[in-house]
Formats: sequence, C-alpha cells, structure tokens
Amino acid sequence: MSTHVPPPDLDGNAAAGELSAVFAVDLTAAVAQCAGCGRRGALATTALYLSAPGLVLRCRGCDGVLVRLVSAPDRQWLDLRGVAVLQLARPAEG
Amino acid sequence: MNRRVGTVTAVRAETRTARTLVLDVPGWPGHLAGQHVDLRLTAEDGYSATRSYSIASASDGTRVEVTVERVPDGEVSPYLTEQIQIGTPLELRGPLGGWFVWRPEQPEPVQLVGGGSGLVPLMAMLRTRARRGAPAPFRLLCSARDPGSLLYADELRRLTSTVDGAAPRLTVAWTRTAPDGEQRPPGRVDAALVSAATWPADLEPTCYACGPTGFVETVADLLVAAGHDPARIRTERFGPTGGARR
Repeated sequence: MSTHVPPPDLDGNAAAGELSAVFAVDLTAAVAQCAGCGRRGALATTALYLSAPGLVLRCRGCDGVLVRLVSAPDRQWLDLRGVAVLQLARPAEG
Repeated sequence: MNRRVGTVTAVRAETRTARTLVLDVPGWPGHLAGQHVDLRLTAEDGYSATRSYSIASASDGTRVEVTVERVPDGEVSPYLTEQIQIGTPLELRGPLGGWFVWRPEQPEPVQLVGGGSGLVPLMAMLRTRARRGAPAPFRLLCSARDPGSLLYADELRRLTSTVDGAAPRLTVAWTRTAPDGEQRPPGRVDAALVSAATWPADLEPTCYACGPTGFVETVADLLVAAGHDPARIRTERFGPTGGARR
C-alpha cells in the first residue's frame, strides 16, 4: 500500500464485543484470508483501528482493510470485502 | 447479543494505580482463561464509552474479576479505579474472545509472558490451572517497573512456590528498580533472560504474551529468534503505552 497507515490502536481480539453484536459465533477466533495479499490468520491477530467512525480491521501483511463495522443506534453496516475466505471451527457434535 | 449488568461487590487495591473490581453478574455462563469483557459506561447526558478489560479470575459461578490499571488522562480507567462504589451496576458484554485463551485440557507446556497489566489474563490462566488441578507445566516471565508495581505479588509467590516441584516457575524482569537480593540488574526482557527463564523451543510450548504493543512485539521477536514456531505464539497488545485510550 502506498498510503501511510498509522499504528493500530489494538489487536483484533478487542473487536470481539462489537462483532458479537452481529455474529452468533466468536469471529475473532476465525481464520481470515486477506483478499489483497493472501495472508491468513485469526482475526484476533489483525490490526484494530477504533478512531474511524466504526471499527476497522487491517491485514498485518499489506495493511489492506479486511473488515469495517459501523454501528448506529438502529442499524449496522458491515463491509467484509477485504476478506477472501473465513474459516470457522465447528463445535464437536453432541 | 450477550449484554449483561453486573454489580460491583468488592474493590481490591492491587498496586498504587491498579484496582480489581469484583463483579457479580447474574446469568454469567462461565468463561475461559484469557477472555475479556467490554465495560460500557454511560454518562447522564447519554455519552458512552466502551473499553475491553481482561478477566483476572478463574471461572467461578457468577463472580467475575477484572483488574483495571489507571491510565493518566484516561477516559474510563480513572472512574473505575478511583470513584466506583460497591453496589454500582456496570453494563458489560462478555465473555468475549476465543483466541487468546488457555483451556485446562491443553497438555503441552505453557509459557506466559506479561508486561505490566498484561499480567491480568495470564493470571486467569494461572488461577484456572490451580483451581482445576491441571497438569500442564507453566512458566511465567513478567516485567514490572519495581516491586511496588507488580500485580498480585503475594498470590504469584504462593502459586509459584518452589516447595511444589510441579508449580509454575516465576521470573520477574524489573525494569526500573529491583528488590534487594535480586541478581539481575534492572532492565527489560532480553534474549539472555528469555533463554534463561522460558521453556526451550523444542518442548513446543504454547506461548501467551500480553502487554503494551512495544513489549509484546519485542517478546514475540525474541521467542521467534529462540526457535519458537510463530504459530504457537499468541499475543494480545493493549495499546501504545499501556492502553492510551483507557
């Protein structure tokens, strides 16, 4: 990326609460593949930015935006276009 | 959604600047060591602020403990450490996070590395190990400015007592002032200390490192340089200099 990206506020781990408002399972433990550079890793390990209007998760490989989540009192906007593949563990059956 | 309301039932002073809030959270489903909660404070004018705090306690019914380090000029932590009263209701969400967690069923050795209040989720792991009688061998390397700023100092000494050969081994890097009798001069965690105080890489421990961003990145680099597989190193950074936004 040619644009300057400042250091992140926190790890993606700290996005678990906001993401739990949208997803029934813990998304931070899911492995995401970056649509930009192909790097794979748990969303918990990505770079979290909180100074935007919503929360932004960026790839630690290429700084590309993986996830944007903006919350208003009555609705939320979720942009996942930076994630090529999400791999979620399935709980063992009964 | 897992929003809940907890009530402060006790406040413990851990150091000059850190307080443990003991919460009773009706409906709490239990938690894994290493998980966190989001606490949300709302002012009378409706302004609200949310912060993530690691859970310090082992899962125990509806009791949940968080340790909060006061950050000068912080928006939330001064209230939580200086003003909050027993009986205060707190809005929270959790338990959260399924990645920086340790489960007592994990058989492999565990290396904990904590800087400052990065010790909090690691303490939950130590307490869970003790409470559940888990056999996994633990070592803890932590970094503290001086003896007065080491969280949980008495309990750490108890949990890591050398009387019990299987007890976790504790090493502290004193960065500013070391206690009397300490052989290593004050200084940050470095390669020599990692080599002397942590599990060798060939035992394939799972490593958990938590602390300020710079500390965690230094530790992760030292562990990789010592031969640890990056896939076995789990990190949790909590901000530029000890959680600037807290």
